[in-house]
Amino acid sequence: MSNHISDETIEYVGILAQLDLNEEEKVKAKEDMEQMLEYIDTLNELDTEGIEPKTHISDTTNVFREDVVTNGDGSDDVLANAPLKKDEYLSVPKTIG
Amino acid sequence: MININELTALEIGEKIKNKEITVLETVDAFISQIEKVDKDVNSFITVDKEEARKKALLIQEKIDSGEISGPLAGVPIAIKDNISTKGLLTTCASKILDGYIPTFSATVIDNIEKAGMITLGKTNMDEFAMGSTTETSHYGETKNPWNLNHVPGGSSGGSCTSVASGEAPVSLGSDTGGSIRQPSSFCGVTGIKPTYGTVSRYGLIAYGSSLDQIGPIGKDVKDAVSLLSVISSYDEKDSTSVKRDDYDFTKYLVDDVKGMKIGVPRDYFTDDMDTEVKEKIYSAIKALEEKGAIVEEFNLSLVPFAIPAYYVIASAEASSNLERFDGVKYGFRAEDYDDLHSMYKKTRSEGFGSEVKRRIMLGSFVLSSGYYDAYYLKALKVKALIKEAFDKAFAKYDVIIAPAAPTVAPKLGESLKDPMKMYLSDIYTISVNLCGLPGMSVPVGKSEGGLPIGMQIIANRWDEANMIKTAFAYESTGEYEKCQMLKGGEA
Amino acid sequence: MSKQYETVIGLEVHVELATKTKIFCGCSTEFGGAPNTHTCPVCTGQPGSLPVLNKQVVEYAMAIGVATNCDITPICKFDRKNYFYPDNPQNYQISQLYLPIAHDGYVEIEINGKKKKVRIHEMHMEEDAGKLIHDEWTNSSLVDYNRSGVPLVEIVSEPDMRNADEVMAYLEKLRLIIQYLGASDAKLHEGSMRADVNLSVREVGTEEFGTRTEMKNLNSFKAIARAIEGETKRQIELIEDGRKVVQETRRWDDNKESSHAMRSKEDAKDYRYFPEPDLVPISISKEWISEIKEKQPELREEKLARYKEEFEIPKYDAEILTGSKHLADIFEETTKLSGKPKKVSNWLMVEGLRLVKENNMEMEDIHFKPASLAIIIDLVDKGEINNQVAKEVFELVFKEDIDPEKYIEEKGLKSVNDTDELKKVVEEIIANNPKSVEDYHNGKEKAIGFLVGQTMKAMKGKANPGIVNKLLKELL
Repeated sequence: MSNHISDETIEYVGILAQLDLNEEEKVKAKEDMEQMLEYIDTLNELDTEGIEPKTHISDTTNVFREDVVTNGDGSDDVLANAPLKKDEYLSVPKTIG
Repeated sequence: MININELTALEIGEKIKNKEITVLETVDAFISQIEKVDKDVNSFITVDKEEARKKALLIQEKIDSGEISGPLAGVPIAIKDNISTKGLLTTCASKILDGYIPTFSATVIDNIEKAGMITLGKTNMDEFAMGSTTETSHYGETKNPWNLNHVPGGSSGGSCTSVASGEAPVSLGSDTGGSIRQPSSFCGVTGIKPTYGTVSRYGLIAYGSSLDQIGPIGKDVKDAVSLLSVISSYDEKDSTSVKRDDYDFTKYLVDDVKGMKIGVPRDYFTDDMDTEVKEKIYSAIKALEEKGAIVEEFNLSLVPFAIPAYYVIASAEASSNLERFDGVKYGFRAEDYDDLHSMYKKTRSEGFGSEVKRRIMLGSFVLSSGYYDAYYLKALKVKALIKEAFDKAFAKYDVIIAPAAPTVAPKLGESLKDPMKMYLSDIYTISVNLCGLPGMSVPVGKSEGGLPIGMQIIANRWDEANMIKTAFAYESTGEYEKCQMLKGGEA
Repeated sequence: MSKQYETVIGLEVHVELATKTKIFCGCSTEFGGAPNTHTCPVCTGQPGSLPVLNKQVVEYAMAIGVATNCDITPICKFDRKNYFYPDNPQNYQISQLYLPIAHDGYVEIEINGKKKKVRIHEMHMEEDAGKLIHDEWTNSSLVDYNRSGVPLVEIVSEPDMRNADEVMAYLEKLRLIIQYLGASDAKLHEGSMRADVNLSVREVGTEEFGTRTEMKNLNSFKAIARAIEGETKRQIELIEDGRKVVQETRRWDDNKESSHAMRSKEDAKDYRYFPEPDLVPISISKEWISEIKEKQPELREEKLARYKEEFEIPKYDAEILTGSKHLADIFEETTKLSGKPKKVSNWLMVEGLRLVKENNMEMEDIHFKPASLAIIIDLVDKGEINNQVAKEVFELVFKEDIDPEKYIEEKGLKSVNDTDELKKVVEEIIANNPKSVEDYHNGKEKAIGFLVGQTMKAMKGKANPGIVNKLLKELL
């Protein structure tokens, strides 16, 4: 099978996506992904040799801002929704130095 | 006595202007309809009753003093819950945004407020707009007002049902792969997905940034187009916003399709479609032909490749867009974590629903080391090919007519059993997003079972004009059954 | 007999650009605000917010690219670099991978008179992260987004350097170019310029590169030199022991003068880069590049050549003065005001550098009005103050930026040039010091110095020493 997704792959993608799946979810995720990738592989029926990948649908370029300060003190807004804060900071479990 | 809930938004605006009704009466009429029927339909996650009534008085003053005079002044509106509203709970129908109250409003909200419109509340949707049925919401499923055993479609299900059931005269939805057009079709309302770049995405909580557009939903073409004119603007806060010459789309509400070249893709009207849906759309096309449009069948090509390309691109962007939901800055944070990464993982695993997690996993995988070229880059190349196919079609035709969905609204619970089948049902809407095209769904009647059927009109980029003309001309034939709003207790 | 090894070094240099606002929003980049005050929905990753690119960032990046002989990419794009960390509010950093703004450049360095090119692989624009403060009491980290979204360029060199001297010369060169362009103050010790060192060792004579490590947290030139030495030694020891160098990121601890691997299970280093859909591509025309080239200010080499020609100051002095754009600016402005380049140079080279050294400062920290130094030079030349007073006043100008004229006036430090007044004092000194007078008459020329000193002392340092000398000779 061309799209065999290993347990390690599911584990690895879980780390990348910061998702902790339980055993049942992992089995389901494996099946889902294998099925989706099988389907996605139909794209290989198309010859795309020499085709420029289309990242942006519009041809617009050079959208800029001038270097002028427009924003004031945003601290109240930043902290307004924080699940955990201390003084004027957001608080998170200690990061490793 | 007039029933305010059955009026179109423009009729309401007119009657307010003529002092036949007050803004507060109007707001109260919709709130009472919400109170009557929303326990059945579940269109709303949040109803902003007190604020809406307060605003009504304020807007009334401004209308009376002549400060606001637009056609939609004083008209209430329902907003999809992925559009940021300052001071009003915004959840994307996800547990992970539990309690999140934005500190700023989306540009479209500024625009509707400038026009004197009043937000009634925030509507239910598929979690983070990922889904086609409005069943993946953390706040419960929304039901189709035409038959409560059926889904309303999605992801803008709540926005469409609110209009279809008389809870709101108009609403805003968002469309990433058909999320306005498909539920509009299932609910018998008119919904527009504008050309990418026409409506600012600032404040729209992103699903697939290169595909998302906010759009209007109304009882008829005139309402939807009037609302489109209100929400469209060039926005310096959205780099993908494009300055257009004119934002007044109402001038294209002209009942004239003489000489309009309409392409009908043979490869859309296949045997996979319900015959009822096919027949209703064919007869709508016929009506347009009788009005002088030139109709021709053609092969669009590449149709089966749009869905896989879309799911790669949308999932990849979503996996990145949804990284910010981590329990640090807003919304839900899990309890009992050991360290930073366990906090992230617990929060995200408990906060996201299964469909969202499925797409995040897929998106993270297709971008991961060693797979980027094979999946992501390949999908971008296929996107380029699909765009070429549409360019070719629009060299010949002014508009393309297609179904909005292959069937009428499925029964509740059916789609989630087989996600692949649900993905496949997006086949007619997805290419429009991949190519940034404008598309809209207009009702063309109902099935024998009483469920609405919609027709999709697609135009070239920036050519809302021909799309709107075609829709308006069809609506003017008056051949379809007008919607009926749900009455409380009748279900 | 041990083998001969060669160190191979490449640098990744991050430079904070001197824009007024952040790269994607209108928040101030100013240092020192209270936590989270320089923030908005964009730089704190609020849902629905969108980035808009600061044009000045592109122009600074172009200027650096041009000045480092890079090719400028005609169509460049931003990409998202995805990784979870709390200083990164979106959990992705907007950076450039696939089409960076500049590539394939070089700078020329000089070591002991020998010139060498260090090639630049590429340079890209990106956003800086916020700051984390570790709170030991609650075992938590506190997040401040004031620095989040401050614009950076990252300059990635080829592995062309072979020792710490070359690395220093390369960094110094980059620092000067960037400072002269005004694109950044490029202060290593304040973090507006940061360097990560990629280092491997190989046996002399081999072509193939060894396995490299990446060293982070290098906050000074000294730390970089020590880290290069330490890491070279560590890698050679590993190889000599028959063990393998592991490709990894290491964190340098300059206090312990050692490094440790920054490894964690969550650190997969798979950034899933993809083109940023919220920003449109940047199209850089030839005209735009020419415009940037035309606007390019005089760089160090040009300035050095001009100083030699225009001001006739010693080569060594010119090198020191131009070794800091800031110092060169002070020099030029003072010279413009006083018209005496040699004297200005002298003051800066002698008194200025002495004060910088004594106060443990960087040249960039010098803050006084060039006009003040011009006034001091002028007053000395006119004989209105003597050198002693001038030095005292300059020190205060240097340290406290005082108004020299006002200070001299208030303290009454003007030289006494009145011959009659001085004559009285000199006569008194002669009368009170018969021994010295006798010595003088006996041919001890030195005795006059003592008498001058006594006169100056009596005048509290304010006498014009020339006049005192002349008077003494006359009266004796």
